[in-house]
Amino acid sequence: MNNQIKHPKGDRILLLTNNILLTIIVLVIVGPLMYVFLSSFLEPNAIIRKGLSLHASDWSLEGYKRLFTDDTIVRGFFNSLLYSTAFTIVTVVVCLFAGYTLSVEGLVGKKVFMIFFLFTMFFGGGLIPTYFVIRDLGMLNTIWAIILPGAVNVWFIILARTYFKAVPNELKEAARIDGASDLKIFFRIILPLSKPIIFVLALYAFIGQWNAYFDAMIYLDSRELHPLQLVLRSILIQNEVQPGMVADVEARNELMRISEMIRYSSIVIASLPLLIMYPFFQKYFEKGVMVGSLK
Amino acid sequence: MEELVKAEQAMPVHTSKPTKLSRNLQYIKKNYILYLLIAPAVILTIIFKYIPIYGATIAFKDFSPIRGITGSEWVGFKHFTSFLSSPNFMEILMNTIKLSSFELLIGFPIPIILALMLNQLRKSSVKKNIQLALYAPHFISVVVVSGMVFLFLSPVGPINAMLSTFLDKPISFMSDPDYFRTIYIWSGVWQGAGWASIVYVAALANVDPQLHEAATLDGASLLQRIWHIDLPTLKPVMAVLFILAAGGIMGIGFEKAYLLQTPMNSPSSEIIATYVYKRGLLAGDYSFATAVGLFNAVVNVILLGVVNQVVKKLNEGEGLV
Repeated sequence: MNNQIKHPKGDRILLLTNNILLTIIVLVIVGPLMYVFLSSFLEPNAIIRKGLSLHASDWSLEGYKRLFTDDTIVRGFFNSLLYSTAFTIVTVVVCLFAGYTLSVEGLVGKKVFMIFFLFTMFFGGGLIPTYFVIRDLGMLNTIWAIILPGAVNVWFIILARTYFKAVPNELKEAARIDGASDLKIFFRIILPLSKPIIFVLALYAFIGQWNAYFDAMIYLDSRELHPLQLVLRSILIQNEVQPGMVADVEARNELMRISEMIRYSSIVIASLPLLIMYPFFQKYFEKGVMVGSLK
Repeated sequence: MEELVKAEQAMPVHTSKPTKLSRNLQYIKKNYILYLLIAPAVILTIIFKYIPIYGATIAFKDFSPIRGITGSEWVGFKHFTSFLSSPNFMEILMNTIKLSSFELLIGFPIPIILALMLNQLRKSSVKKNIQLALYAPHFISVVVVSGMVFLFLSPVGPINAMLSTFLDKPISFMSDPDYFRTIYIWSGVWQGAGWASIVYVAALANVDPQLHEAATLDGASLLQRIWHIDLPTLKPVMAVLFILAAGGIMGIGFEKAYLLQTPMNSPSSEIIATYVYKRGLLAGDYSFATAVGLFNAVVNVILLGVVNQVVKKLNEGEGLV
C-alpha cells in the first residue's frame, strides 16, 4: 500500500505560502522582543542608525547601571513577589475548597451556589462602589486590597470543580466506607491527586497578579507599596525617570538619551524572568486551557 | 441503588413524610464540612461583589460622604439623564462600541486562521517551536506592551526612523486620535492571538486524520478539506468563545486603554471605563460615575443575552446558557 498521498499542485503552492506566512508571523512576534533586548545594551536608536555595522562603542550597560542606582525598581520587584505569592496562595486555597464542594454529587443548594457565583461574572456594582467597600474596611494602602477582592475567581472554581468531578467516585466511596470524613477524603485522597490542577491555577494566579497594575494603582497610594508594574508605568508611560537614577545629569539631551536607555533596560528586567520560565511550564498552561474548554 | 429507592417507596408510610426542607437541613447538618469549605468563597463574594451592587444604589442618589450610602438623598434617574444628555455622551459611547467591536471583528478570526495554518505543519517539533514563539507576548504585562508601543511609535523611535525615507516629518502616532484604535487593536493581536489559538489548535488535533486522507483520495483540495472538515470541528468552540467575547463588548478592558491614552488622542481613546475612573475616583463625582458604570453594566448584560440568542439560532440550539 502506498500511504503517501500525493497532494495536488494547488495544494503544494498553498502549503508553501502557508510556511512563508508563518515565518513572517514569527518574525513579527519575535522581532520587537529582540529589538528591545538588543537596544537595552545599546545607545539609543543604534540599531536603526547603524544597522549591522554596530561599533564596539555603541554597546553600553548604562541603562542597567542607572536603573539600579535607585532602589525603586528593586523594591517594586520584591513588592510584586510578595503580592503575587500571597495572592496565589489565597486564591488557590479559596477556589479549590469551593470547587470541591461544588463537585460533590447531590449537594443541597448546588444550583443556588452556581448562580450566586456565575452572576458576578456578568454583573457588578462597578468601580466606585467596590472602592468604597475597600476603603470602609480600612484596606486602602494595605496588601489586603490587592489580595482579597480578586481572590474568588469563578473561572478557577469551575476549573477545579471539573477536575474534581473526574476523580473516580469509587475512591471516595471506598474511603467513606472506611469511615473517612468529607474533610479527610478531601485532604487525603482528592488533594494529592490534584497536583496538576493546583499547579495550573497557581501559575495563572501568579502571572496574572505579577502583570497587573490596576488594583495597585487605585488602592495603593504610597510609593513604598507600589509593585513592579506601577514602577514600570511611571518610567515607561508617564516618562518619570526616578530622580535617583539621573541625579548627576543636567543637560536636557543627555537626560533624554539616558531615560531612553533606562526604559529599554527596565522592560528587559521586568519581562525576562517570565519569558525565560514559561517554556518550561508550557504543557501546564495548555492543560489549563483545555480543562476549561470542556466546561 | 435503584432497588433501595424502590424498597423505600414501597414501604408503608407510618409517620408523616419528612418535608423537603427538613431533609435538606439534615443533609446540611451531616455534611456541614462541605459548607465550611465553600464559605470563604461565599463570604468574599458577598463582601467584594454583592455589597458593591448594593452600593451602586448611589447612582440613584446624591452621594454625600457625610451621610453615607444609606443616608444620601434619592434623586431617581437624574445622573443617568445628565450623562445621556451630556455633550460627550455620544462620543464616549461610540468610542467604546467602535473600539471593542473592531477588536472583536479583527481579534476573533485571527487566532482561528492561525490555528488552521499551524495545523498544516506536519513536523510536530517545528509546530511546537513556532507555538512557543507565538505565546511569548502573552507573558509580558500590559504595562510593558504599552511601554513598547510608546517607544516604537515615538517621533524619534524606530518606526518613524524606518518611515523617514518616505516622509519629511515624523508621525506623532500617540497624539493623533486617528491612530489610537489601530494601535490598540493590533498591539492586542500581537500580544494575544498566539495564545488565543491554543484552544483551536487543540480542537483540530482531535480531528481523525483518516477523514483528511479519505477526502484527499476523493480529490478534495486543501481548501475544501479545511472548509468541510476543520472548520465544522471548530464550530462549537467558536460559538462559545464568540458569545463570551461579544458579551464583553461593553466591558472592554480599562487597563490598556488607560495606558495608551494621551490628552491628545482622547477624542478616540476616551471610553466608558476610563471616563468612570476619571470622573469618579479622580474628580470625586461618585454618584455620576457610578451611574455611568451601571449604564454600561446593564447594556452589557442585555448584549450578552441577545448575542447568546442569536448564536443559539445560528448554531442549532447550542448556546452558552
